[in-house]
Amino acid sequence: MLRHAARIAWKDLRIELRSREIVYTMAFFGGLIVVVYSFAFPVKPDLVRAAAPGMLWVAIAFAGTIGLGRAFDRERENDTMRALLLAPVPRLSVFLGKALAITALVMAVAAVCTPLLALFLEAPLFAAPLPLVLALALGCLGFAIVGSVFAAMLLKVRSRDVLLPIILYPILIPLFVAGVYATEALIAAPGPALDKAWYWIGFLGIYDASALVLSLWIYESLVIE
Amino acid sequence: MPALDRVHIDKLTKRYGTERALGGVSLELTAGAMCALLGHNGAGKSTLLGIVSTLVRPTGGNVRYHAAGREVTGADVRREIGLLAHASLCYGELSARENLELVAGLYDLDASASSIDVVLDRVGLDLKARDREARTYSRGMLQRLALARALLTRPSLLLLDEPFTGLDRGGALALGAELGALRDAGAIVVVVTHDLEAIAGRTDHVAILRRGQLAFEERGSYSYDQLKDLYHRYAN
Amino acid sequence: MNKAIPVLAVLAAAGLAATSYAVFTYAPFEPVLLFNQKIFYFHVAHAFMLFVAVGVCGLCSLVYLKKRSPRWDDVALAGAEVAVLFGAAVLISGSIWAEAAWDKWWVWEKRLTMSLLLWLVLVGYVLVRRFAGASAERLAAGLAVFGTLGVPFVYTMVDKGDHHPQAGRDGNVMTLTGPMKIVFWACVLTFLLWFLTLVLMRVQSARAEREIRELREQGLDAGLFT
Repeated sequence: MLRHAARIAWKDLRIELRSREIVYTMAFFGGLIVVVYSFAFPVKPDLVRAAAPGMLWVAIAFAGTIGLGRAFDRERENDTMRALLLAPVPRLSVFLGKALAITALVMAVAAVCTPLLALFLEAPLFAAPLPLVLALALGCLGFAIVGSVFAAMLLKVRSRDVLLPIILYPILIPLFVAGVYATEALIAAPGPALDKAWYWIGFLGIYDASALVLSLWIYESLVIE
Repeated sequence: MPALDRVHIDKLTKRYGTERALGGVSLELTAGAMCALLGHNGAGKSTLLGIVSTLVRPTGGNVRYHAAGREVTGADVRREIGLLAHASLCYGELSARENLELVAGLYDLDASASSIDVVLDRVGLDLKARDREARTYSRGMLQRLALARALLTRPSLLLLDEPFTGLDRGGALALGAELGALRDAGAIVVVVTHDLEAIAGRTDHVAILRRGQLAFEERGSYSYDQLKDLYHRYAN
Repeated sequence: MNKAIPVLAVLAAAGLAATSYAVFTYAPFEPVLLFNQKIFYFHVAHAFMLFVAVGVCGLCSLVYLKKRSPRWDDVALAGAEVAVLFGAAVLISGSIWAEAAWDKWWVWEKRLTMSLLLWLVLVGYVLVRRFAGASAERLAAGLAVFGTLGVPFVYTMVDKGDHHPQAGRDGNVMTLTGPMKIVFWACVLTFLLWFLTLVLMRVQSARAEREIRELREQGLDAGLFT
C-alpha cells in the first residue's frame, strides 16, 4: 500500500514540478498575505512578537486551502480521480499519496512565508529553527491529512470553493492554534520557551496521529458516493 | 487471476439525497456479450455504470462479480474493470507514455516501453505525439489515449460511458469494431450511448432505462432501425 | 416514538415551570452576583445539552457513514439542528452573564470559548447539509465526525492556552452544595427532557419527509401521477 501511495505522491509532485503552477501561485499568495499584514499592523517590537505567529499560521491556512483546492481540481479536469479510485490499489494509498503531495506543497508555502515574515516584521522566527521546522511540518501534515479527505469529497460539488474552508477551518482550529502557541513559545523574549514549545509540538503530533487514524478508518466510506 | 465471466446485478437502488436515480434494477451480464444501456439523460445509466464500476455505493441491492464459478470482490474486481468515459482519465501534464507507465505501475503490469508501444500502436496514436504532454493532443488523439489506457490492463469487464461523443463517423465505427473484437475475445462489454448507429448490429443484449427503472430488456442483435424503434417506445 | 414525544413535552413543560419557580424562590442568592447569577442555571444546563448534542451528532454520523442507513442520518441531523439552537442559547446567555459579571459583552472564558468553537462546527454542519447538493449527507457526516474527534483537542487548547486572560470563573458545578445543587441538577434534567423532545420531533419530521418521498416514487412508478 505504501508503495502505491508513494507512486501516486510522486506522480503529483512530478506534475507539479513540471508546471510549477500551484507552487508559484500558492507561494506568491502567501507572500502577499504577509505583505498585507505588514501594513495592517504597526511594526513595534512587542506587538510583532505577539502577532507574528498568528500571521504565519493564517497565511499558511489561506494559501494552503487555495493550493489544496487547486491540487484536487487537477484530478477533476479529466476525471482522473475516478481512475485512481478504480485502480486495484488500496484506496487508502490514493488518500496517503495525495496527502503526502499536499504536505510538500504546503511546506513550500511555509518555507516562503516564514523568512518573509521574519524579514518584513523583524520577527525572530529563527531563534530556535529545528523545533520551528518540526512544528511547521506537523502543522502542514495535519492540514494535508484532513484537507485531502474533504477535498476529495468535494470534487464534484458545485460550491466546493467556499465549502472547503467552511468545513476545514472549524476542524483544524486546534491544529492552527497549537501551531501558533508553539511558534509563540519559540520566539519568546528573552529566549525560546522550549518546554512550552515542545508541549504544543507534542499536541500537534497527537492531533496528526488521531486525524490520520480516523481518516484511514473512514476514508472509503466518505469518499465513495 | 481468472477473468470475470458473469456480473449479477440484483435490485439495485440509488438515492442521491432526495433524488432517486435508480429504483430496483436487475440485470445479468455475461462474458462474450455486448450490452447496450440506453435511455434519456437522467434515466440512471451513468449511475448504474458507476455502481457496476465500484465507484458508487448502492443505496439498496448489490452487484456480484463471478469468475470461473467463484465470486470475486474488492480490489480483484477493480483489476478486471476497464473504463472509457467522456473524460480521458489521463493527466494533461504527462505524456501518453508517462500516463500509461503510471497505469501499468498501479496495476502491477509490465511497464516497459515496448509493451506500452504495442498498445499505442493498436489504437493508432502518432509516434511523435507519444512523448508530448497530453494536453497538446487533439480530441481524437485524446480518445485514442483513453482507449489505450482502458486496453492496457486487459480488462474482462469493459464499461463505456458515451464513448462515441466527439468522434467523427469513421472514428465511431472504428471504435465500434474494436469493441466487437473485445467482445469476441470474451470480455463483458457494457456501452452507455446515444449513438445507436455505432452499436447497431453489434449488440447481444439491450437494456433501456427510464426514470431509474428497467423499461425494456432483451438479448439479441438489433439493427439501427430496430434500436431506434425500441428507444422511442420504451425510453419515454 | 410517536407516543414518547407528548409525554416528554409535558414533562419538560412541567419541569420548566417547577424549576423556574425554584430558581427564583428556592435557590439562594450567590454572594457576588446576587440576582444576575441566576442565569447560570439556564446557561450551564444548555451548555451540557450542547455537548450531548455534539456527541449525538458525531456518533450518529459515524454510524451513518459505516452503515449508510438513513435512520441514523436523521438523528445526526436532528442533533445538529438542536445543537445549533442550544448553542445559540449558551452563547447569548453567556454574553448576558458576562455583561452582568464583568461589564463586557463577551469574554474568552474557557467554557464559553469551547462552546463557541463547537457551535461553529455544528453551524457548518447545517450549512453543508443545506447547500452542498447531492453529497450533503456524506460531507456533513464527515465534518461531524472530525469535529467531534477534535473536542478533546479543543478542550486542551482552551485549557492550557494562555492567549486569553481567564475571567475569574465561579468554580466548578461539581462543588455546588445544598439548594443550589438541587435546583441546578433539576434544571439540567428539565432541559434534557426539552432537548429530547426537540430531537425526537425533528427525527420524526425527517422520517416523515422520507416516507412521503418514497411513497411518491412508488406512485410515479405505478403511473399514478402523470
